[in-house]
Amino acid sequence: MTPTPGSVGRTGSDGGLIRRFSPTERALHWVHASAFLALLATGLVLYVPALSELVARRPLVKDAHLFTALAWIAALALVVGLGDRPGLRRTLGEIDRFDDDDLRWLRGRKAPQGRFNAGQKLNAVLTSSFALLFAVSGLLLWLGERDTRFRFGSTLLLHDALMYASVGLLVGHLYLAVIHPTTRHALRGITRGDVRRDWALEHHRTWAERARSPGP
Amino acid sequence: MAAERGDPSTRTYGRRAFIAVTAFGLSSLLWGRPLWDVVSRGVQPLSSALPEGLVPSQGWRIYTVASSMPSFDPRTWRLKVDGLVSQPHSFTYAQLRSLPRTEQVSTFHCVTGWSVADVRWTGVRLRDLLSIVRPRATARVLSFVSAEKPYVDTLTLAQASLDDVLLAYEMDGKPLPRAHGAPVRLVIPEMYGYKNVKWVERIVLEHDAVPGYWEQRGYDTDAWVGRSNGL
Repeated sequence: MTPTPGSVGRTGSDGGLIRRFSPTERALHWVHASAFLALLATGLVLYVPALSELVARRPLVKDAHLFTALAWIAALALVVGLGDRPGLRRTLGEIDRFDDDDLRWLRGRKAPQGRFNAGQKLNAVLTSSFALLFAVSGLLLWLGERDTRFRFGSTLLLHDALMYASVGLLVGHLYLAVIHPTTRHALRGITRGDVRRDWALEHHRTWAERARSPGP
Repeated sequence: MAAERGDPSTRTYGRRAFIAVTAFGLSSLLWGRPLWDVVSRGVQPLSSALPEGLVPSQGWRIYTVASSMPSFDPRTWRLKVDGLVSQPHSFTYAQLRSLPRTEQVSTFHCVTGWSVADVRWTGVRLRDLLSIVRPRATARVLSFVSAEKPYVDTLTLAQASLDDVLLAYEMDGKPLPRAHGAPVRLVIPEMYGYKNVKWVERIVLEHDAVPGYWEQRGYDTDAWVGRSNGL
């Protein structure tokens, strides 16, 4: 049953599976996703009046929010420290560079895309920028409660605005990853690492044409 | 890789966008609040159309320090006023409401950066309450003890005697909601919210007072809006 080269297509008309995300990338994604949801949940209790009243234990929720944030940063550092850093650097390079096809795609035209399409690159850029801004404004809120020099009238506003913007991004992201019929196959890539080659050729042609199947 | 990087048909827009968005976000620490003050006046009708409590639509956030909110029972509730006074008093809710009633509209400012404009407070002027208990000559400071333990804050006798300092039992025409300190909270609009003690159950007149809850954590005792706490 050893497949001969080029015969992966035996699994059906899909042409087999190709690997899209490394374990390091997946770990980074899920660390960030779970931390975001935990921070959102505790943050909303601190922010939404009806929830603040319902839950009431504000000091406890505040601590939970704070420690989740610390755990989030520590876990991200751990994944980067222990994971495939050269791989992450290459990923960063992919997200950084926009080619002519990306620009065409952003203008709403059909154009072959890499492993990340231009929208996914933008999502990654915004998500990481928001993460940094969340961390900075959160740190300032914490410091400001302890020292006048770190107290700014706009810190809370920035933290809140980031929440609204991030939830907006998340809603779009979840729609495309879980609901939209033609794109939701991508969910397999971020959970199990591989995607169908025919799907990849349709949505990420530039990358799929060069990508190899996962090992034998 | 090097060849790809040098490719004129690819541009490092990712990092540029990252830097631009991050710089924009950080700079908003300087202009966010002034801009929001202008914009929020425009979106006020829109946001106040949302169900109350869903988003901080009227601008309120509910800050508490204990693990549960005090609840109010009109039969057992009392407001004790004692310490350095000639006539210590214990008011029932009905007695408090029968004192001369006053109303004011003011803006509530939180030290963390949010404000609520045009809040209508109804209650008893603190000065009127003081004329009943008659402070002794040695009294300098008032401690407002909250039913939410261990919250407490203080005002000097002069600050407490300002015209618009109230013990409010109504907010925007309705009995003070639980989350806002039912049945009675202190209102001193000239000072940040943490001086506006919620769930007031006791007022003690003293010569020297123990610093308030947030003062013990580094906040200013004289919390004048715009002129304290580094703001």
